[in-house]
Amino acid sequence: MVILQTLVKKFGIWVAYLAVLLLLPQLFDSILAISIYNQMAIAIVFALSYNMLLGQGGMLSFGHAVYFGMGGFLGVHTLLMIENESVYFSVMWVPFIGGLFGLLCALFIGSFSTRKAGTVFAMISLGIGELIAASSLIFVDFFGGEAGISGDRTFGPTFFGVDFAQNIQIYYLAAIWTFIATIFMYLFTQTPAGRMANAVRDNPIRAEFIGYSARRVRFISFCAAGLFAGVAGGLFALNYEFITEENLNAATSGRVLLMAYIGGLGYFIGPIIGAVLLTLMNTLLSTYTDLWLLYLGILFLLTVMFLPRGFAGFIMMHQVAWLRGRLTSLIKPYLITGLPALVFLLGVVTLIELIHTEDETLSIWGLSLTPASVPTWIVLIAITGAAFYGIRRSLPQLREAWHAANKPDGEGN
Amino acid sequence: MLDVLIFATLNGLVTGLLLFMLASGLTLIFSMMGVLNFAHASFYMLGAYFAYSLSLYFGFWTGLIFAPLIVGVLGALVERYGLRRVHQAGHVAELVFTFGLAFLIEEAVQFFWGRDTKSYQSPDVLNFALFTLFGQEFSAYRGFMIAISVGIFIGLYYVLTRSRVGIIIQAAITHPNTVANLGHNVPLIFMGVFGVGTALAGVAGVIAGPVLTTFPGMATVLGSIVFVIVVIGGLGSLAGAFIASLLIGLLQSFAIASDVGMEDLLDLFGISFPYDHALADLWGLTLPQVAPILPFLLLVLVLIFRPTGLMGKREE
Repeated sequence: MVILQTLVKKFGIWVAYLAVLLLLPQLFDSILAISIYNQMAIAIVFALSYNMLLGQGGMLSFGHAVYFGMGGFLGVHTLLMIENESVYFSVMWVPFIGGLFGLLCALFIGSFSTRKAGTVFAMISLGIGELIAASSLIFVDFFGGEAGISGDRTFGPTFFGVDFAQNIQIYYLAAIWTFIATIFMYLFTQTPAGRMANAVRDNPIRAEFIGYSARRVRFISFCAAGLFAGVAGGLFALNYEFITEENLNAATSGRVLLMAYIGGLGYFIGPIIGAVLLTLMNTLLSTYTDLWLLYLGILFLLTVMFLPRGFAGFIMMHQVAWLRGRLTSLIKPYLITGLPALVFLLGVVTLIELIHTEDETLSIWGLSLTPASVPTWIVLIAITGAAFYGIRRSLPQLREAWHAANKPDGEGN
Repeated sequence: MLDVLIFATLNGLVTGLLLFMLASGLTLIFSMMGVLNFAHASFYMLGAYFAYSLSLYFGFWTGLIFAPLIVGVLGALVERYGLRRVHQAGHVAELVFTFGLAFLIEEAVQFFWGRDTKSYQSPDVLNFALFTLFGQEFSAYRGFMIAISVGIFIGLYYVLTRSRVGIIIQAAITHPNTVANLGHNVPLIFMGVFGVGTALAGVAGVIAGPVLTTFPGMATVLGSIVFVIVVIGGLGSLAGAFIASLLIGLLQSFAIASDVGMEDLLDLFGISFPYDHALADLWGLTLPQVAPILPFLLLVLVLIFRPTGLMGKREE
């Protein structure tokens, strides 16, 4: 019985993770849903690999898409080679090839870029990112210029009769790869190298004093991050069967930073949350509004300012209150502040959409508003302003409740 | 050949001075607060857009004066209500904040002004050829750009080294606590420097807008180059930033104007490759082709071999 309990405690979360990954297509199985799942799987691996750099190793990179893109480009080239029968293996190994190439690039670039952390590392990563992105337009043979390169995943030997022509088959393959990559990235955090990465992030001088080379520790994390970014790139190649310069430029590097940061740096689960959230915004929100990037930018800035540890950090903040059994005492203050906050949010979004729209009427939240009418504006601004006032008024109560819930036991008022 | 040389130099000078107008603010802000402001070029873009909107109603000259003011106030507000808050979380958080700000400003510009290129024009007064050399015209507007930038630098240099405010600023860079003890409001100085730095970027945007076109991507185009400059020049060094700006400006304009390539280099050594060689792209490279990546190549090389930059003293 005790053994069972420890087993559940140790592996339960992983079994649940795998089950969720494999059962998702049972929930929604439309073509759109499967394509979103595929993007999520790719984003999860990519964001987790980024977290190895910034979250675990303290290296802020503005060029992480290089390893993703390199893995992807070699992935598509591998597809082409399988098609030409220059090599003979199943396309399911493409992410592995991509990972190896990502690792190779990271070995080379990391050999000089990991000497310093902080601003110098960030600048080198930015420079290399721009360098590779610009070179990709010059070296047409490998990168295919602006059009990129494309392949076909239906060639090569099948895997027990599965030929990976359908998107759903690719999803199951991607799910397995994502699961494996997640396990390995988690295990990496448990190795001495992973532990030392945290130490070097927090205090490189002390780490050097106990005999570790900060540079070497950073180098190891950097290479591991390159490897998994390459795996994500290989998955991308397999899913889309084409890749362009856009997938290794600064915009992609920025997006993975956003994912990891919004999800929560430093927590292993954070980037997964961020990857899921951003993929949903990218695919679903973008069908409702073409301003979704503006909302993403606002969300990101608010996260950096008010939730520096991201969504995962926000959840983990409640650990103390939960352990003390006082989490329920927070529900009421949360509702009291949350309600005006929600109204404020909806009001601001409505105002933004109203400014933006060029149509005669704007249909939003089931209402239909006319941008030309002045009363609409006055009412909207009044509601939003009142909601803001409500937040301001209720915030001290929330703060008080928060302190009360986190107070150590046995301490008087 | 001579005409190419002269025009490449002049164009390089215009670009270099423009870059310095951005780099000077960026490096001043860095040496003061230790923040490498990723959004600096976004303020440059805002300058161009504000000036465009103002020029529609009041003409170019009103834009030239008021657009940088608006940008400067915006910059000061960003420092006061954004950056100062994030400051406690450390330099990485600050860098990430300015990165997010750059992202947001680009989206906001598209929200307010749209995605298309704006026809922001230089004033009619300056639409004549300043001089004609070897049959090529050098427009008066470019001359005006040189004059404005040089004027601002002289002013900036004078304020920083000769005036009382400048001396307090210089002291606050190296000894903020002592300056605070002497009764000066250091956070206010920081806010002011940030505002002036962004306003300078705004001026650059106003005068560059008509030449380099006003479109939502203009910050991205210039932003990383300005970063390259402050790093190559040495973080926090104004003189280094000046040299690096001119260097990058000239390097790019000469690379674009030249017509040499890898083949000429290989010919020197008597090596030649067949055109169907696997690395044919590499052997066929020309200098104009690689012009856009030269600054980044230089950046990576400098960071590897001399991380402090040309004139930098400050070790991380």
